[in-house]
Amino acid sequence: MTTSHTSRAFSIRRYTPELGTWGKLTARDSVVRKLDWILLLSCLALSLMGSVLVFSATRNRTALNHNDEYFFFLHHLLNTGIGLALAAGTIWLGHRTLRGAIPILYALSVVLALLVLTPLGATINGSRSWLAIPGGFSLQPAEFAKITITLGMAMILAARVDAGDRPHPDHRTVVQALGLAAVPVAVILLMPDLGSVMVLGAVILGVLLASGASNRWILGLVGTGVVGCVAIWQLGLLDDYQIARFAAFANPSLDPAGVGYNTNQARIAIGGGGLTGSGLFHGSQTTGQFVPEQQTDFIFTVAGEELGFLGAGLIIVLLGIVLWRACRIARESTELYGTIVAAGIIAWFAFQSFENIGMTLGIMPVTGLPLPFVSYGGTSMFAVWIAIGLLQSIRVQRPLSASR
Amino acid sequence: MSNLPETRTSRVSVRLIAIQILVFSLLLTLGGRLWYLQIRNGQEYANEARSNHVQQVIEPATRGSILDARGVPLADNQTRLVVSASRTELLKMKDDGKAVLGRLAKVLGMSDKEIRNKVRLCDSKTPQPCWNGSPYQPIPITDEATTQQALQIRERSEDFPGISAEPTAVRRYAAPGDANTAQVLGYLSPVTDEEINKAKNSRSPLLRSDQIGRSGLERQYDDYLRGKAAVTRYEVDNLGRVIGQANSEKGQAGASVVTSVDARVQAIAEKQLDQAMKDARQVHDKNTGTNYKADSGAVVVMEAKTGRVVAMASNPTYDPNAWVGGISGKDYAHLTGKDSNYPLLNRAIQGQAAPGSIFKVISTSAAINAGYDFNGHYPCTSSYSIGGQVFKNFEGEGHGDISLGRALEVSCDTVFYRLSHEEWKKDGGDKPKKDRHDWFYKTAHQFGLGKETGIDLPNEVSGRVPDRKWKHDFWMANKAGWCEQAKAWPKKKDFGTKLAREGCLEGMKLHAYDSINYAIGQGDTLVTPIQMATIYAAISNGGTLYDPTVGKAIVSPDGKHIQMIKPKSHGKLPDTSKTLRQIDSALAGVAVRGTAAWRFQGWPQDKIPMHAKTGTAEVYGKQTTSWFATYTKDYTIVMTISQGGTGSGASGPAVRNIYNALYGVSPEGEIDPKTALLPKPQASLPKIEGDGTIKAQPIKPYVLPSPSPSGSPQ
Repeated sequence: MTTSHTSRAFSIRRYTPELGTWGKLTARDSVVRKLDWILLLSCLALSLMGSVLVFSATRNRTALNHNDEYFFFLHHLLNTGIGLALAAGTIWLGHRTLRGAIPILYALSVVLALLVLTPLGATINGSRSWLAIPGGFSLQPAEFAKITITLGMAMILAARVDAGDRPHPDHRTVVQALGLAAVPVAVILLMPDLGSVMVLGAVILGVLLASGASNRWILGLVGTGVVGCVAIWQLGLLDDYQIARFAAFANPSLDPAGVGYNTNQARIAIGGGGLTGSGLFHGSQTTGQFVPEQQTDFIFTVAGEELGFLGAGLIIVLLGIVLWRACRIARESTELYGTIVAAGIIAWFAFQSFENIGMTLGIMPVTGLPLPFVSYGGTSMFAVWIAIGLLQSIRVQRPLSASR
Repeated sequence: MSNLPETRTSRVSVRLIAIQILVFSLLLTLGGRLWYLQIRNGQEYANEARSNHVQQVIEPATRGSILDARGVPLADNQTRLVVSASRTELLKMKDDGKAVLGRLAKVLGMSDKEIRNKVRLCDSKTPQPCWNGSPYQPIPITDEATTQQALQIRERSEDFPGISAEPTAVRRYAAPGDANTAQVLGYLSPVTDEEINKAKNSRSPLLRSDQIGRSGLERQYDDYLRGKAAVTRYEVDNLGRVIGQANSEKGQAGASVVTSVDARVQAIAEKQLDQAMKDARQVHDKNTGTNYKADSGAVVVMEAKTGRVVAMASNPTYDPNAWVGGISGKDYAHLTGKDSNYPLLNRAIQGQAAPGSIFKVISTSAAINAGYDFNGHYPCTSSYSIGGQVFKNFEGEGHGDISLGRALEVSCDTVFYRLSHEEWKKDGGDKPKKDRHDWFYKTAHQFGLGKETGIDLPNEVSGRVPDRKWKHDFWMANKAGWCEQAKAWPKKKDFGTKLAREGCLEGMKLHAYDSINYAIGQGDTLVTPIQMATIYAAISNGGTLYDPTVGKAIVSPDGKHIQMIKPKSHGKLPDTSKTLRQIDSALAGVAVRGTAAWRFQGWPQDKIPMHAKTGTAEVYGKQTTSWFATYTKDYTIVMTISQGGTGSGASGPAVRNIYNALYGVSPEGEIDPKTALLPKPQASLPKIEGDGTIKAQPIKPYVLPSPSPSGSPQ
């Protein structure tokens, strides 16, 4: 490697040519070659579709877009770029490196979540789940908690198993893992950000399932959830209007001015789209701003109205591809830790997507959850791309662990 | 590699597969639901989306004017400051807008209750005042707001949510030259939901904001007057901001209706009718021992050759402006209450009474058609008796044997009693023959009685010819009640029970006394002033019965299209021209030497031949009805006053004064063409300017040439 070009005559021709940067990236065992490109491109496609839909939804919203019709469009692209960078960073660090930093990350996310409850927190749409940070930005710590809970639980549950001590996590480990999850869940419940709590519930369930924890834990957890819901309903812990608001997704007339209005307008927008939609930027519901929160929680209605069944279906198909690749990564991971992390991410993406699209279609209650990659929102975008980075990292590092 | 099988236990593998299945079934659910919404029910939602974002802005059309024969507006529009309240906005408030209405009451100087009543909705249990228009439309509270009040409301709009104060075109009934013309013009009120539904698919669908004509010309020509509202449909966003325009409909102002009414003549007719009734109330009635009540009256001035109405007055009357901008409770009670004497009724077409002696032209025609000679000799005895019943001549005097012409002149009842009684006997009397002629009844029908004249005003009544068929039908309808009441006989022997008993037993029969009373227009016969005007106009014009018309032409708002309303006839009098000439000269005799002569003293008969017939109809339990039917070759004037006394006595001076004004005749009988208002009927339409406007000279109330022109009786 020290040969200089000036002494070419004495140089020895190397058996293998020195690799250039491109060469390095494309080498058979390089990180780039080992990446799941289908997963990556699907996520990128979703993000780019999202940016166009966000643009369509916010072009006319002069009250929001600071009189710059490209404001949200450019910010969405910027968020996607930052997300990509975060994913790359995650891959570069590797999930195993991160494993050591989990306690710090976990503590950080809990502190951030707690900060929301202090005067630093900001209330948007009745939910105090935002953290105002200098420079006019805001963070949603609950999004990071989804990652740290997954990682934290995976670390605890997989530790003994990956070490080969036990085939499955024992009860004590499960209790420890649940205890770890309970802290941020409780904080987020206090905000209250019920949507995120629901996602975290799904994540915890996914993590426990993938960890191989005893069936009793799974059934117990599901049972507790069901009993809890029934208790809240029966014990009258909620006011009638809250129940009406919850049920309005199915029957908009229960809360015609509130959630029912959203549900109804969302359904009209999507239903009006038909097979091929009214064409990008030509949706009357979208142009007329009849659907509230359309660039964030109700972004799917823009696709439904302007791109029709084909466009909205494409989003579902792309999400399907992402989840299929993630499932593959979970299956092929050689360590339980990787499997659990992947399963947590699958549960997170799947449930959040289902809940978000389901509420616009009127089959799920309305909660403030973004659609991964597509909805406008920095924190959410960063979180899902970090998750993609983790998935890629699990895949990339598989041969290493295999050759261990 | 070696420890892989240990970590990847079958439990975890199974669980991963379960997760995968769960995830994909969730996605499938979404796909299925998406298909259901977009493909299966897509059309439905697309329609809903369309209606979601279109808002209609309705700009009501300017209602057309109603003009008199010379173009003077009897009804037009005026810009006023209208304060209105949106019910939907008020109901959104916690106290249903009570506080806002309270504040509004203070600003407008009205009582809280008055305002609350105005904004409540009409239903079967809610008395007027109430709003019978659409609840989604602003409800007018007053159209008489001052600029000061409107400014107060607008500047403090935060104190008055749902209240607006806007300049709005409202109907004005200007009463030019004091010609009120109330019952002829009619009035407007807001359209009801029912009417909107009914008119949905018609040529002129109604809008929620529309006012429609409820009576008179406003109702008759509503389709023309209303025009078409401009509807602009905007595509709007969720906050109602306009983001585009959808298909819109152009508006069109309403057409104007030119009438044959001359406001000046109308004003005189109204004033004279009112004066005649006031005068009648000063006259003592021997029969009842009190002064005449003169509770109501009507006068019709008609062009004899066309049936066009030059003036039509009904008394008691009212101010049609009371309806503009929603009627107040007090006004409504005043107009429709039990004690109101119903000023909304147009008694010229809706008031019916026995005609008395003005019916004798029909009896005369009937007699001639039955074969009697006009110039024959008929005994005018002082009374006529059958089977113990005595029918007196009106004033009880006899005139010897006289012709039918003379019988008309002196209004001899007994001549007609006899003729009618004879005809009744010829027809079989109590046992009617099959091939009977019923001359007297047939002739009445041929003169157009018992049927509407077809005047272009709504709700005309038909009157009644009490022929054998009517008698039978009436008995069938009432015998149950009569027979029930008659059961009290003979314990109870009052007049009512007696009548009921007779009705029960013999009510189906046309009795001799029925036919005798009938011959002089008494008994069950009912006529309207407009029917009698039509008949006397027909005698004047040579026998044509015209459908009377008030509307003369419909002029489009740009003045380019003029639709003339041509006189139409509904029949000919059943008289030969010879008979008509004979009757005509007899009626001239009435004015010269007969019962009306004392009212036409000094009339220039040679220049303007006057014809007249007086009538005094007796009504059971009431004072006599005064009738006065007159005509020249151009005009017919019929006046009636209920409980007003004799024909010539009560109505004579008023009718003469109207003629004086028309022809410019002084009380002494001098003709001054300069003071004549309308010596010839107005044939041409008022001048229509190039831009469609119609200009007319403002008119002043007409002042009669002499302060006491009525002349003294005899």
